[in-house]
Amino acid sequence: MTEATNSATAAPEMLSWDSKSRRVVMLYVPLACFLLILLFPFYWMGVTAFKPNAELYDFAQHNPFWITSPTLDHIKHLLFNTSYPSWLWTTMLVSIAATFLSLFASTLAAYSIQRLRFRGSQYVGLAIYLAYLVPPSILFIPLATMVVQLGLFDTPFALILTYPTFLVPFCTWLLIGYFKSIPYELEECALIDGASRLQILRQITLPLAIPGLISAGIFSFTLSWNEFIYALAFIQSSENKTVPVAILTELVTGDVYQWGALMAGSLLGSLPVAIFYSFFVDYYVSSLTGAVKE
Amino acid sequence: MSATTAPAWTKTRQQPGALARLFDNKAFLIIVCLAPAVGLLMTFLTYPLGLGIWLAFTDTTIGRAGIWVGLENFEYLMGDPIFLNSVFYSVFYTAVATVGKFGLGLWLALLLNQHLPMKSLLRAIILLPWIVPTVLSAIAFWWIYDPQFSILSYLSMKMGLTEGPIDFINTAWPARWSLIFANIWRGIPFVAISLLAGLQTISPSLYEAALLDGATPWQRFRHITFPMLMPILAIVMTFSIIFTFTDFQLVYAITRGGPVNSTHLMATLAFQRGIPGGQLGEGAAIAVAMIPFLVFATLFSYFGLARRKWQQGESND
Repeated sequence: MTEATNSATAAPEMLSWDSKSRRVVMLYVPLACFLLILLFPFYWMGVTAFKPNAELYDFAQHNPFWITSPTLDHIKHLLFNTSYPSWLWTTMLVSIAATFLSLFASTLAAYSIQRLRFRGSQYVGLAIYLAYLVPPSILFIPLATMVVQLGLFDTPFALILTYPTFLVPFCTWLLIGYFKSIPYELEECALIDGASRLQILRQITLPLAIPGLISAGIFSFTLSWNEFIYALAFIQSSENKTVPVAILTELVTGDVYQWGALMAGSLLGSLPVAIFYSFFVDYYVSSLTGAVKE
Repeated sequence: MSATTAPAWTKTRQQPGALARLFDNKAFLIIVCLAPAVGLLMTFLTYPLGLGIWLAFTDTTIGRAGIWVGLENFEYLMGDPIFLNSVFYSVFYTAVATVGKFGLGLWLALLLNQHLPMKSLLRAIILLPWIVPTVLSAIAFWWIYDPQFSILSYLSMKMGLTEGPIDFINTAWPARWSLIFANIWRGIPFVAISLLAGLQTISPSLYEAALLDGATPWQRFRHITFPMLMPILAIVMTFSIIFTFTDFQLVYAITRGGPVNSTHLMATLAFQRGIPGGQLGEGAAIAVAMIPFLVFATLFSYFGLARRKWQQGESND
């Protein structure tokens, strides 16, 4: 559509002012609306998190879109009166452990499917792809019974071991595509020089696949951080909960919701992912689009 | 020179140890490499899937192993208005949200595909709703939909559109639409960015040719952009349908299935019956009832992929 619209605006019979105003109406106005709607909840989250309660519930005297006397009370309340730091710590631990476990498993799997080329490797790849289509919503009940039987209920291990079910298929899929882009000749040269398969993997393929590994890692980390249903079903005690679950189950008390604290918790819980994401935006976008294209 | 290097050469060629030889054995290596991934998936995905289907035919509750009851769970559910309502709402939610997400997402992708300043920054900002944990943005929506202090009610009252606060989540239909809106909001970035990737692969020469032939903008969209986008559209749509249909977080965070069970999706109902309610068998039956819908969506993807192979030839694997 780019070229189409550009050439349309450049068509000789159109006046320049016409194409310019047309461009504003057709492009910038809708884009601004999209941005406004997509970002407003975050703005609202941020504004609420720093607003004192007096302003929060009084729209008549205070303009709700702005804060007249910002306060850190809600954040202080979270950090010192609740177990928020331990929720953050659990979430971090679970996400990092699950990410490394999945990266390890899927790197090896992707390498063997793409590079060792055994009979039926395509079918293994297809099976792993299909595994990605099984959503957690249909697995959590049987998994809950398994987690109880294995004695993992209410421990972080329940999450670390179950998160790879949705991370491994995705990472494997992404890495297969990545390994495919590395010239096979490099490995052949190494084989001729007498390197073993493991040496090839460690010294040639993996260093070349680092961008792919970073993409897969970031994706896994954010997916683990966002995970909700397993964490809700397998964790019971307050201090072992992950941030999304804890905010919803521990901070929502009674009939009067403490919106300031809720929003501050959401903001703090979103920040680590958002910061992490901002460092690796390009990897993230490439993994998202790469996965779709594969 | 060569006389001095020759001995050193033979030294590096010494026979590797038994372990190294074992790891050079291709069959052994394949098994070792696949073991972690396949082991994890078999234990925590394939087995639970089978276990879930088995549980659906038993009357298991928490703390008591169930016995085989055949189709009893399903027969009970067929007569349960709450379950039937959740099936209806799951289909409705998926259909409306998918149309909304793809309509708006495609539009956003087309906008982003034009020459814009700070394009990569824009793209990064637009993806934000998708990377922030769903539950946390859902809580923000919950606050936006608050019956008393909703900012949207404030705006509409200020502008004179409504007399009192808008009812977002206190009665059935407004609650259903509010949830769908939140889902669309969260889904747009993913759709837009993936479709943008698809748009960027379309060769400009096609548009030039169409322009020379005098095609209108609509014709160019209908006969070039859309068919070329079809393969990616099919895949992204399959994923979107599967994950919208089995959505849990948004509904659980904003309404928990209320008011009066009107916004239960099948996933939230399965959770409510299975985990807090303790009826594992019944919960599993509700979850298993989602499978036919998912199979349908997957077949949709398969044919989308087949179509791509046919369009672009064998070389594209």
